[in-house]
Amino acid sequence: MRNKILFGVGAFAMILLARNIYVIAGLPEEVNQGAIFKIIFFHATMAMTALTCSFVAFVSSVLFLITRKFVYDEMAVAVTEVGLAFLAANLITGSIWGRIIWGIWWTWDARLTSALVCWLLYAGYLMLRRAIDEPTQRATFAAVFSIFAFIDVPIVIFSIKWWRTQHPQPVFWAGGSFPPDWAAIFWLNLLALMMVAAVFTAVRLRQEAAQREIDSLRRMAHAL
Amino acid sequence: MGFARLVAVVMLKDLRAELRTKEAVNASLSFALVVLLLFSFAFDPDEEAMRTMSGGLLWIVFAFAGTLLLNRSFARELPNDCLDALIAAPAPAAALLLGKALANFILVLAVELIALPLFGVFYNIRWTSQIGELMLTIVLATWGMTITGTIFSALTVNIRLREVMLPILNFPILIPALLAAMQLTSSLVAGNPITDANVSWLKMLIGFDAIYTAVSLVLVETVLVG
Repeated sequence: MRNKILFGVGAFAMILLARNIYVIAGLPEEVNQGAIFKIIFFHATMAMTALTCSFVAFVSSVLFLITRKFVYDEMAVAVTEVGLAFLAANLITGSIWGRIIWGIWWTWDARLTSALVCWLLYAGYLMLRRAIDEPTQRATFAAVFSIFAFIDVPIVIFSIKWWRTQHPQPVFWAGGSFPPDWAAIFWLNLLALMMVAAVFTAVRLRQEAAQREIDSLRRMAHAL
Repeated sequence: MGFARLVAVVMLKDLRAELRTKEAVNASLSFALVVLLLFSFAFDPDEEAMRTMSGGLLWIVFAFAGTLLLNRSFARELPNDCLDALIAAPAPAAALLLGKALANFILVLAVELIALPLFGVFYNIRWTSQIGELMLTIVLATWGMTITGTIFSALTVNIRLREVMLPILNFPILIPALLAAMQLTSSLVAGNPITDANVSWLKMLIGFDAIYTAVSLVLVETVLVG
């Protein structure tokens, strides 16, 4: 039953993504930037998905430290890995966009730098996990670091914003210029990517659960 | 014993242990010197370039040299199972962390205060004109570095690749504090006082210290005791 729901959600997300790409391809080109502007439908939504993942990882880590149930630890690692992949995709699409519009692949602008720092923070989280063998200690230390990292995200964003800014300001809030039908597609694409992230997380969660079961069986075999 | 007394006991124990061997301080100081030397090869330091880069250079030296000291903080307790004894002692983990962080703070600050005049001599920088505000910046940023560094030192003490993992975990977390310290130091070393334009960096350092001191004190029990 769980499998069917998972595959169902995954299939629906794929259909929605395909439909979105078809609609986005049919949109008129933006006046100043041309076709490349349409990358925003993926670039910005991926950043939002990654940010959601880091929030879920934070909540799971806190819940693990409170309840000591391993399911929250599994949730934290699954969602962090998925979020890291989305953040990497966000950095890459941003780089492509920057190459076309600014003429450079990378610039040390506020949001690019913040995104890279966040990526490094969560990559550190995964490296920390790999360096610890004992499951309880791994889960505890990883949860502590995840809390540190999540608290750092807003501080990093604000500090680097003060440092410099070249990134275009958001177009949705405060006198934005995004037409409403484009916004609808944008939110639909966000929904599709969130569903993809949820399916990835669920798959990764099952791997973690299987891994835990294998480990406990192995321990039992050793004990006998 | 009261909390403050426990903190002082742990701090003095760490300082005494370090000052008897001086192994971490010596290593940290020589490393700081080597990095300072290497920078002179990395680019041709003329006075104008040095002034704009001084903050960045200094804090890279401080962060690297500080990491060497912080790495030893809990690793020193591993032989003879001293760490288990410390955890079993009737003292809250927060006192243990605070004592160790204060000892590290004093040691890192000492290395920085030796490296700073040497930097001035090597690169012909008159860094003393805003000394009060410069010291304030150094104290605040060093505290931020040592409080996160000490708890990460506890986090990494028993794991593989300990020496590598500490900077990998600590530096990205420290980026806001280091960024603020670099901005302030560059401007102060060049002789400009803190004004309305860059006072927000100072607030940022204070905020960083307050947030991470609080979070570390709350979470240290979990890290040490489990």
